[in-house]
Amino acid sequence: MMELICPAGTPAALRSAIDAGADAIYCGFNDETNARNFPGLNFSRDEMRKSIALAHGRGARVLVAINTFPRASAVDIWHRAVDDAVSAGADALILADIGLMDYTARRHPNQRLHVSVQSAAANPDAIAFYAETFGAKRVVLPRVLSVPEIAEITRESACETEVFVFGGLCVMAEGRCSLSSYATGKSPNMQGVCSPPSHVTYEQTADGTKSSLGGFVINRFGLSEPAGYPTLCKGRFSTAQGAGYIFEDPVSLDATTLLKGMRDAGVTALKIEGRQRGRAYVESVVRHFRRALAALESGSEADIASLKPFTEGQASTLGAYRKTWR
Amino acid sequence: MQLSLGPVLYNWAPERWRDFYLRIADEAPVDVVSVGEIVCSKRSPFFADHIPAVVERLESAGKQVLLSSLILVSLRRERRQTEELASVEGAMVEVNDLTCLRALAGRPHAIGPFVNIYNEASAAFHAAHGAKRICLPPELPLASVATIAKAIPDVTTEVFAFGRVPLAISARCYHARLHKLAKDNCRFVCEKDPDGLLLNTLEQQDFLTINGVQTLSHTCANLLGEAAILRESKVGSLRLSPQDCDMVEIAKIFRDVLDGRDDVDGGNRRLATAYPGVPFSNGFLWAEPGHLYHRARSGDMQGVAPQIGGV
Repeated sequence: MMELICPAGTPAALRSAIDAGADAIYCGFNDETNARNFPGLNFSRDEMRKSIALAHGRGARVLVAINTFPRASAVDIWHRAVDDAVSAGADALILADIGLMDYTARRHPNQRLHVSVQSAAANPDAIAFYAETFGAKRVVLPRVLSVPEIAEITRESACETEVFVFGGLCVMAEGRCSLSSYATGKSPNMQGVCSPPSHVTYEQTADGTKSSLGGFVINRFGLSEPAGYPTLCKGRFSTAQGAGYIFEDPVSLDATTLLKGMRDAGVTALKIEGRQRGRAYVESVVRHFRRALAALESGSEADIASLKPFTEGQASTLGAYRKTWR
Repeated sequence: MQLSLGPVLYNWAPERWRDFYLRIADEAPVDVVSVGEIVCSKRSPFFADHIPAVVERLESAGKQVLLSSLILVSLRRERRQTEELASVEGAMVEVNDLTCLRALAGRPHAIGPFVNIYNEASAAFHAAHGAKRICLPPELPLASVATIAKAIPDVTTEVFAFGRVPLAISARCYHARLHKLAKDNCRFVCEKDPDGLLLNTLEQQDFLTINGVQTLSHTCANLLGEAAILRESKVGSLRLSPQDCDMVEIAKIFRDVLDGRDDVDGGNRRLATAYPGVPFSNGFLWAEPGHLYHRARSGDMQGVAPQIGGV
């Protein structure tokens, strides 16, 4: 059966994920070494040690994400994160930076290493590079691939593949996007944040609400429309060719209906996005996919509650997995 | 300090593309020229026939030529294309995706600005695996640039110094999406925008530029005012990225300022004339939002924090 990999932004969310049936939980330290570096989120060293022990006691694994790109002259902060995650008993480290993979492979040769989605390894040759050079055992595939492409990559791949099945959706190749830092000075690669709340403003106007990021208007909503969060690539813009959601509608990924395709493609693990989300989200989404996987296993129809309340803009997409735009 | 010319990022008509490089060969004071379609593999066949002649002309003009690889490689065709590029005898390849790195297997190569090198450890890894030139990602601040350049003295460190700044790459084509076309049947509508398509906010703030699967800044990077401090920081090359303007003149302006024939203010005035109507930016280098422009003052050369200002 495919593994279910679940997000945890706090020790409490980690416990909820285990209760709901997660095979593994991914989480990070409460600093700039991980790509969900939001205030009040993530694990202290002590919390990480205790959470890993707790998870192991319940038969679950913990994958520690150290997936930003170390800042020049401060690489030792990231090295310490790697050393501490290893000594806390992490089952795998999820890394994006080549220098950090090199360090980990040399310093901790027995530590299991996963290639982060932030590395944007989008084909078997790139994956083979990570497997051959650093002994990577698994790659998290970017969300730019269709199911047939995932199948082809997995068939040829030098290591296991893990794919996102639910949650926030990058429409740009992950780890290769500076849109956020162009508008705000803060980027996923460097600070572990995208479209950070510190740079968001909402302004009430006579016709509704206007949301901005770093001074750029990202969207406008009518009086009867709910005002969504101004994630840069999900905004409404205008061009000489027309206006609207130029990059992507404000939707979340939901690949529930594609699980059979993923399994037949040889995918090892399914990943749920959302370390920044609360316990209720983690619990509901994990239970949903646990049931869907059980149904897939037994060949029965899944009786699946709607995940709509947990999707961005209350709408979902199959993303690139079904390339209707190709 | 060298000047290098990055690859043309936009979908120019093939003859225009060829003539652009022939003129660069004859007239532009650049040391290194990167050639090849790196944004969209669908465009490549149009230029393929012209590449040998362009490379030959550039080389006989004394320029070093780099064959630049695709930024995003996912299709079988794109993998094959990348592999073929890496196998070209005697050529120096500019790697824009690690796919290409494996095929090169340690042979000398250049690294383009689309490979994530944010620190000295990653730079050292690439240097140890055959990188001779590294163009750093445009979002890197000066402090990082300086640390990296110092850590790899045998490698030529380059920064993105002129042109709209590449910010993102996607599997989805936004030109096709805007024209309500499928990517596989895109009719190459991006050719209508040889300098990219302007994207505004709903309140008509100029914001970004669309180039097929690529998104760039609306502003034009201009590090003319930082050339001296970059030189002090052991940066060995400045990259000029082709826009729909007189790139020979752009190269001359940079060369003139680097060689002391013109000052920064004079150079900036000439740049604004050569590429009019597009605001400058250098915020990334000063660890600020990338769209901002800090006007260089004489004090900047000693590392004094610059002042935010207009063009």
